[in-house]
Parts: sequence; C-alpha cells; structure tokens
Amino acid sequence: MEYPEDLRYSREHEWARSENGRIRVGITDFAQDALGDVVYVDLPESGTQVTSGQAFGEVESTKSVSDVFAPVSGSIVERNGALEEHPELVNEHPYGDGWLVAIDPTDPAELDALLDAAAYQEHISTS
Amino acid sequence: MNAVGAPIRRQGPGGGGTILDRSVPGRRGWSLPPLDVPEAPVPEEHARGRRPGLPEVGEVDLVRHYTGLAQMNYGLDTGMYPLGSCTMKYNPKVAEAVAALPGFQRLHPLQPDSTTQGALELLWRLERALCEITGMDQATLQPPAGACGEMTGLLLMRAFHEDRGDARRRVIIPDSAHGTNPASVRLAGFEAVPVRSDARGLVDAGALAKLADDSVAGLMLTNPNTLGLFEEEIEEIAATIHGVGGLLYYDGANLNAILGRCRPGDMGFDIVHINTHKTFATPHGGGGPGAGPVGVKDELAAFLPAPTVRRNEDGGFSLDPGGERSIGRMHGFHGNVGILVRAYAYVFLHGADGLREVSELAALNANYLARLVGEEFPLAHPGMRPMHEFVATAKRLRDATGIRAMDVAKRLIDLGFHPSTVYFPLVVEEALMVEPTETESKATLEAFGEALRRTAEEARERPDVLREAPVTTPVRRLDEARAARALKLRW
Repeated sequence: MEYPEDLRYSREHEWARSENGRIRVGITDFAQDALGDVVYVDLPESGTQVTSGQAFGEVESTKSVSDVFAPVSGSIVERNGALEEHPELVNEHPYGDGWLVAIDPTDPAELDALLDAAAYQEHISTS
Repeated sequence: MNAVGAPIRRQGPGGGGTILDRSVPGRRGWSLPPLDVPEAPVPEEHARGRRPGLPEVGEVDLVRHYTGLAQMNYGLDTGMYPLGSCTMKYNPKVAEAVAALPGFQRLHPLQPDSTTQGALELLWRLERALCEITGMDQATLQPPAGACGEMTGLLLMRAFHEDRGDARRRVIIPDSAHGTNPASVRLAGFEAVPVRSDARGLVDAGALAKLADDSVAGLMLTNPNTLGLFEEEIEEIAATIHGVGGLLYYDGANLNAILGRCRPGDMGFDIVHINTHKTFATPHGGGGPGAGPVGVKDELAAFLPAPTVRRNEDGGFSLDPGGERSIGRMHGFHGNVGILVRAYAYVFLHGADGLREVSELAALNANYLARLVGEEFPLAHPGMRPMHEFVATAKRLRDATGIRAMDVAKRLIDLGFHPSTVYFPLVVEEALMVEPTETESKATLEAFGEALRRTAEEARERPDVLREAPVTTPVRRLDEARAARALKLRW
C-alpha cells in the first residue's frame, strides 16, 4: 500500500494535501482497503463549516458505513461530484480521482499537526 | 416466455430459471366446471388490450418448479448454520404442533374474554416466566419483533424520564453494538452516544464514566456483548449509569448465553427486550411474524403498552386496559400470539433445568468449535473466554495469503455449510463470527471445524478455489458492490 510523502495524515485515516491555500481531503489507501468496495459517499454541500476531528461525511461500503473526519477546520469549497456516479474511485484512486472534498482552512497551520507518511505508517502498524 | 415446445430443464441445484421458462401456450393446471350461466362479454372499458404475461403450465410443472426452488434452500432443517440464535435457533416441531391446536389457531382477538381464558392464561404464564428468566417485574408481549421491542423499551425509557420532568436525550451505546441499537435510539427521539471497547473487548469503564452525566437517559447493552464476551464489570457499569439517574437497557440478543444462569435484572438492568426467535426457538421466516417481549422493573410498569393480561382474584384472566401513563399500543391486539404460543411451549418444555442446559451446551459448543479452528482463525480477543458465540479473525490469513474473510465464507458454501457472519462486529478486522447453538452434535461441530480449517489450507495452496467460490450454487458469487452502486428497486 502507498502513502505519498507529500501528504499529511490523520489518525482516523484521512489524508490532506495543501493546494494553493486550500486543503484537499480523501481517505487513505489503508482505509479504502479496510472498508472494502465503496458503494456510496455522502458529502456536505459547499459552504458547510467543518471542525477538525469532527465527522463531516460518510463512506458506505459493502461491509459498513463509516464517518469521515475533518483533518482541519474550515469551510467546504468543493466536493467531488464524480463520486455520486462512481464511488469506486475511492478504492481505485484514493489519493487522486477518489478525493472527497476541498476545505478552505481557518488555520492552515493545523496541517502541520497531522502525521507525516512515516508516522502514519507507524500508526497503522500498531493499531 | 418460451413459444415452442416444453423446455426440458431440471430445476434445482445447478438449474434455475423462472416459472415462465416452463410455460407452454395453452397448457393449463386446472379445469373449470362447465359454464352454467349465460356467457357475457367483458365491458369494453374493463377489457385488457393484450393478454397478461402469465405462465401457462400444468400442475406437475408447477409443483416441480416450486419444489425445485425449495430444494435450493438451505436452512436449519437441512444443515447447520453458524449464524446461530442471532438469526434463529432450530424450531422444535412440537412447538409447531402446539401452535396448531385448534383452540389457539381458531381464536379471534375480538372474542369475549370468557371464551379465551386458555389463551389469556397462556399469555399470563408466559409473561410471568419471561419475568422470572430475566429478573424483571412486569412485561409486555405486544411488540411483534425484536426491533419493535427495542423501540418499545426506549419509549418506556423516554416516558419514565419525561414523567419526572427530566427530558434527557442521550443514550450511550458500545461501539461493538449492533446497528439496530443506534437506529432505535434515533427513532425514539434520542441521540446515540458511542462508548469505545477496551483491549479486552469490553465496555471501557473509564470512557463510560467520562460520558455519564445528567443528560444521559440510559445505556443500551448486550451481555454477553456482541463480541460474545461477558461484561464482567456490569455491576460497576450499572452503578455509573444509575449514579447519574440513567436507566440500563438490556438488549436480549445474547440471552441464550445466560439462560437460567444469571439474570439481567440482577445485574442492574431496568428494561429488557427478548427476541423469541433467538432465545425461545420460534420461527422467523422472512423477517416475521415475530415477537419482541419487553420486561421492566416496577418503576417503569405504569408506562407499559396496553392491554396486558391480569389474573383476577377468582382465578380467571382478563385484559387490563392500562392507565393514562401507558405509552399506548405497539401492535394490534396482543402481538403475534401464535409465536408467543411457540415460545411458551419452548419454555415449559424445557423447564428451569432444561433452560440452564441450553445455555451450558450453547457455550460448550461455541468454545469447542473456537478451539478446533483457533490455530487458523484465532479469537479476536484471546484474553477472554467466549460465551455462546466467538469472534475470530482472518487477519493473519489475509496478511499471509491475501484471502479474506469473505472468500472463506463463500468457500464454506462449496464445502456444504452455510457461511458464518463476516465483517461483524465492525470493530474486529476480517471478523468471522460463529455461533453453533446448543442443538449441534459434536460430530457436526467437528465437520464444520474441518471445513473451516480446510479453507485456510486451500488459501495457502490453491487460493483461486476460494476466490472463485462458490461454484456449487445456482448462482455464483454475486457482485455486492455493483448491486449496491447501481441499485435497482424496480423490475
């Protein structure tokens, strides 16, 4: 499984990437593998305020429905509409076309509090 | 529809097809008596534009088609299934015979009480027996299923707090709980608050203490819990919840494990729901009709659904219409009485000693089987002794071979067994949950254990056999993900 070096990771298995001041968010390769085939993704509308550590959406697989937690606080500026028709993108390209939302962060420094790739791999190997 | 000739096609395993595949134009399974009234045309406005697409088959075709479908079925009457009491225990046939007695079968709920004394006495005696078994003071037999029992129990909890002018809105539920618990909590107007399990697989008492405050209406708990483990600190848990004025709700899903050994009421629970198909071996075909009796301690009795059956001073029985604090009806009349008759038959057929033996054998069977397969499929929480069911994990097998719990489950079908529950409880990775129940023999348990061990061997030597399974069924492995993604609710 892959954990790109340029991403930050939460302990709840989301990734976050800084892009021109916005934070793009998805779930990790580990998370999509553990969930199994994703069949439905429920994401908030643009403009919704989210709080770091709080659930903001749900990912449903053939096994379960799981909350997705905001890695940083801010407001949703974009959500991945392609997932409505093709939720399998979360399994196929968790770090690419399977992204979930983009957040305009209240405090961009929150990103630094997240795990780096090495620390995240350490986290999943011990949990 | 097949236009020419009769299709020669064996139905049954490996067969398939619908009744329309057997249709031959003009063939009939019946003959009408000669017309003895004048023939009259169907009025224009009621006449069909074209013939209905109904199958045209003879009686023999019809019987073979449906018998073939029945032969494809797999149930407890054909073999063991490791879903256990969670789905339904084996239905003893004597309970069917009792329920079929004309005195029960031909009753009408609107008959006067004086003509239904036997049935009312049975309901009263069952209510007393369920209270004795669970340690409750009074019970309602009305809820027509376990989920309705949950709803009833939570409405009772709500009525209790509101009656005291204390509108509490939070109900704590362990993270290992079955999804119906939070669903019922929401439906009853509460907010579900999860509490995590600790490394042993039990409720984390420290985390619970932090959540417990005067906004908590109660805690919903299954004991043994959904991991098949006994909540050893139940008395401390009860003290924590009662200490903040909350109530304890016992989900009876795993009551089979403790029958006649300990009682939820003695552990501190205030409300208990029972699934009669899980514990008292009643049928549960297609999700119903069922029965989900709810027992409560005295302080909640005034809120019970009405009517209940009471015994009069003269020894007769009548229906108690209930007081104004009752939460009202949860079902028409007295619930599914035919199911309650079967539950009564089961309870009194076994008696106290027999019920104790049920829980003993259920736990013995589960532990024996856990030991048989433990090398390949270790317990998810090895520090604890399972009760009537065990949760093992295929994580090690997956890490070594890439074969998952789902592949193991599908392969079990080819090896002649119904698969176990997989991927539940959600807190266990690659979970395999197995509950043989008390009715399986040692030989059957060993055969199932052997089948499960064989899947692990095959995972290492011939993994494709598992990935392709099942191959012996009328339909091969279904694409569950596609079925859910491209949901079709009409045809």
